[in-house]
Amino acid sequence: MDRKIRVLVAKPGLDGHDRGAKIVARALRDAGMEVIYSGLHQTAEQIVKTAIQEDVEVIGLSLLSGAHMTLFVDVANMLKEKHIDDVLIVGGGIIPEEDVPRLKKAGIAGVFGPGTPVEEIVDFIKMNVKR
Amino acid sequence: MSELDSKVLKGDIRAIARMITLIENNDSVAIDAMKNIHKKSGKAHVIGITGVMGSGKSSLIFELAYQYRKRGKKVGIIAVDPTSPFSGGAILGDRVRMMELATDDNVFIRSMGTQGMLGGLASSVFDVVEIFDASGMDIILIETVGVGQAEVDIVKIADTTIVVLVPGLGDSIQTIKAGLMEIADIFVVNKSDKSGVEQVVVEIESMLEISSKSDRKIPIILTSTKKNQGILELLNEIENHRIYLKKGKKLEEKRKKRYETELTEIIRKRLMSLIFDESKFKDKVDRLIDQISKKELDPYSAADEILGKILK
Amino acid sequence: MFEDEKIKQIKCSKDKWEENCYLKLIKKHPERKESFRNLSDTQIKEIYTPEDIENLDYIKNMGFPGGYPFLRGVHSTMYRGRLWTMRQFAGFGSAEETNKRYKYLLDHGETGLSVAFDYPTLYGYDTDHPLSRGEFGKCGVAISSLQDMEILFSGIPIDKVTTSMTINGPAAIVWGFYIANAENRGISKDVIGGTIQNDILKEYIAQKSFIFPPEPSMRLIVDTFEYGFKHVPRWNTISISGYHIREAGSTAIQELAFTLGDGIEYVKWAVKRGLDIDKFAPRLSFFFNAHNDFFEEIAKYRAARRIWAKEMKNLGAKKDRSLLMRFHTQTAGCSLTAQQPEINIARVTMQALAAVLGGTQSLHTNSMDEALALPSEKAVRIALRTQQIIAEESGVPNTIDPLGGSYYIEWLTDKMEEETYRYFDKVERHGGVIPAIEKGFFQREIAEAAYRYQKEIDDDKRTIVGVNRYKTDEEITIPILKMDEKGEHRQINRLNKLRKERNKAKYESNLKKLKKAAQGKENLMPYILNCVHSYATLGETCGVLREVFGEYEEPSIF
Repeated sequence: MDRKIRVLVAKPGLDGHDRGAKIVARALRDAGMEVIYSGLHQTAEQIVKTAIQEDVEVIGLSLLSGAHMTLFVDVANMLKEKHIDDVLIVGGGIIPEEDVPRLKKAGIAGVFGPGTPVEEIVDFIKMNVKR
Repeated sequence: MSELDSKVLKGDIRAIARMITLIENNDSVAIDAMKNIHKKSGKAHVIGITGVMGSGKSSLIFELAYQYRKRGKKVGIIAVDPTSPFSGGAILGDRVRMMELATDDNVFIRSMGTQGMLGGLASSVFDVVEIFDASGMDIILIETVGVGQAEVDIVKIADTTIVVLVPGLGDSIQTIKAGLMEIADIFVVNKSDKSGVEQVVVEIESMLEISSKSDRKIPIILTSTKKNQGILELLNEIENHRIYLKKGKKLEEKRKKRYETELTEIIRKRLMSLIFDESKFKDKVDRLIDQISKKELDPYSAADEILGKILK
Repeated sequence: MFEDEKIKQIKCSKDKWEENCYLKLIKKHPERKESFRNLSDTQIKEIYTPEDIENLDYIKNMGFPGGYPFLRGVHSTMYRGRLWTMRQFAGFGSAEETNKRYKYLLDHGETGLSVAFDYPTLYGYDTDHPLSRGEFGKCGVAISSLQDMEILFSGIPIDKVTTSMTINGPAAIVWGFYIANAENRGISKDVIGGTIQNDILKEYIAQKSFIFPPEPSMRLIVDTFEYGFKHVPRWNTISISGYHIREAGSTAIQELAFTLGDGIEYVKWAVKRGLDIDKFAPRLSFFFNAHNDFFEEIAKYRAARRIWAKEMKNLGAKKDRSLLMRFHTQTAGCSLTAQQPEINIARVTMQALAAVLGGTQSLHTNSMDEALALPSEKAVRIALRTQQIIAEESGVPNTIDPLGGSYYIEWLTDKMEEETYRYFDKVERHGGVIPAIEKGFFQREIAEAAYRYQKEIDDDKRTIVGVNRYKTDEEITIPILKMDEKGEHRQINRLNKLRKERNKAKYESNLKKLKKAAQGKENLMPYILNCVHSYATLGETCGVLREVFGEYEEPSIF
């Protein structure tokens, strides 16, 4: 049996719009992954500690309120501080194109905006998971 | 990797997390490390919490964990959710209720899928319990799925099994799977701030009158996480049960039962893996299944053939 | 509506047409799809005839605008008397920036104001609260105190223009800011008009910006109903919303059923408290989505009017004014694409037209850049112009309910009403709205619908122009709104100054009194107003309520 990919789907900050995060969680499950859903209103600390305990290979962050440059980067930085370099970070939500290069530089490997087919996210994860 | 077990024994969180992943995937190095882990396990009190869906198990576990932490105990929580039989994937969402504890370094929460084993409870849960135990945790709380076989299996691994019910879910106790009612060391009626509580209690009591075999009176605790009621009572009863088990040989008997089940699971996993995963036998099995469908062979004779080959 | 004999003839003719023309043609050229279903999965026939509405009674089921059952409109003259209010939802950054945007919009012809608040404000946190990190002003304006409200409306005639505020958890407090600001400007409470969204049930169901658990939240809401009809008579103290339910992924029928169901629940709670239904009901308002399926949306609004009128009568309302389903509409944000953003203008136009044909009282049209960021000035201007073109150039507002009598529309209206009552029954069987929420009933329905919709798109069974068909590779070149970087700093300084300069004894004592009242059963609005007047901040006031009421945790539903 192939090792299942474990993914943490989290919503950092105060944004409560979870339609997309839940759809992605379902799609990842349907693709055979184990999805840990940590719910709304997570701080970077909660997300990172959860990621460690659950030994996930992927963290998926969803944010529609515009606070991604602060909150996504907080998560990436915290992982770096803890010397965790084997976790793939991806993000989705309302993220202007012009913010994507900076996010990628900070360590967010994939940014999936509105209209992204769910399959694209699944494939990206399968191809980029650090094994 | 060879330091894995020593790191785990020291309580290193990342090592614990990594070890669990490896053992879930039958990694040989991890299996080796389990030898040392097993030696050092046995101290922790293992509490299984099961019950119907919507009974508020996760919130209850959160409250229990919170209280144990107040008493300075290290807590490990295993949250089991169903694996999809179609895709093999799972959404593990029980943590949502417990995220306030996520930043407490003395609480370790691990989510697991049932992995579709016909037995229900993921076989690696036994390993996780030992790993948590050996790493220094005092209390291990296991939350299981509210459907399927899993909730009956929990009694094989837990020292104390708690069955959680709620008023007004529409299910009368009679319709709840037999077995679920018989495994309880403690009954909890959660969401007791809702109406219909007395009815549930009465039904449990009458069922206990009929079927109870033990010499111990099984307590029924009313809790409400919303109103923060009954939690301390529950903690008390859990402690009472732990003391009850220590008296005489009851704890040892329970543990023996756990190891028996664990051994059985490991053997079964290996056998199944041998037959269905390794190509040596897999082709043979595929051919046999073909023959069975074509009515050229019956399933029993096919089993004879396979087992015959293995036992050689 | 039609004689039996005529219906028989029509049925006969139709059968002949089907056999000799329709089915014949299909054999040669099959239709584009095997089955045509709308967004609520209702099957749509190739044509509708009098047969489909043969039981419709014009007087009983349709009536006239301004009269029961209000199917054709809530007022007798509708847009011939007064056009819908053009009310563009706006807000970002600090109060100063948003104040500028409001003046811009008013200059360009909008006729009502609508406030969008940032996340910290929506959750009752001040800008400098740790959980506000990164969120200041991002999706709305930051209002932490009465002072911010003063700046927000500085130079704006709030005695002449009405303001809608999209705020839920801390709605009572933010309303307090608005009222106090008006009072300080010498504008009396019985002159100001507007709306607070104040609809907590849909927060539990869809938008998730709830704070307190259901019981205390409902108590607060009924407090506002009571305070409203007694002291602020021109104010709509609630905007019972379906918009967010739809945005979370529900179908049109679910949007209709869940929204009206919530409305009925609010009325029940208010009546339980002993309030006279004919006193508070006239100030209940609604808020719907305008999505893509043109005719379904129109039927939805019409069905909503008729169902609400019926249900309010059942609940004991005697006055006509209590039966009116007056509503605001916003075009569907979730239908807009980041790809080829200009084409969103076409989507919004269609959706806005549906809202107008459906008889909306006020309308917000989305800007084309919604999927990318908050609207730029140009984009929001185009959105406003879209409404003005419909109003002035299309001729549509010149007669009332122009689609009334259409076989398709009347059939669809009836169907949606039928399905809504089915949902009402389902919810009853769960024990009512709040038990159903706690069991996750609505959330599950919505998650399922959302997932189905996404699957259809990903499987290419549903076309989204620019996303899975008619794609281009072009770079997106429209300007994106930039916010003032110094805004957050300014806000925090302002807050600190305010905290230093206000009368400590006064606001502390007011907060204490609020706490005591919250623990009892009194109407909290007067206490809230006192806190507000003494410059207690949003976070401090809400903090007291958090202490007393606790915070809500939702069930995990996928």
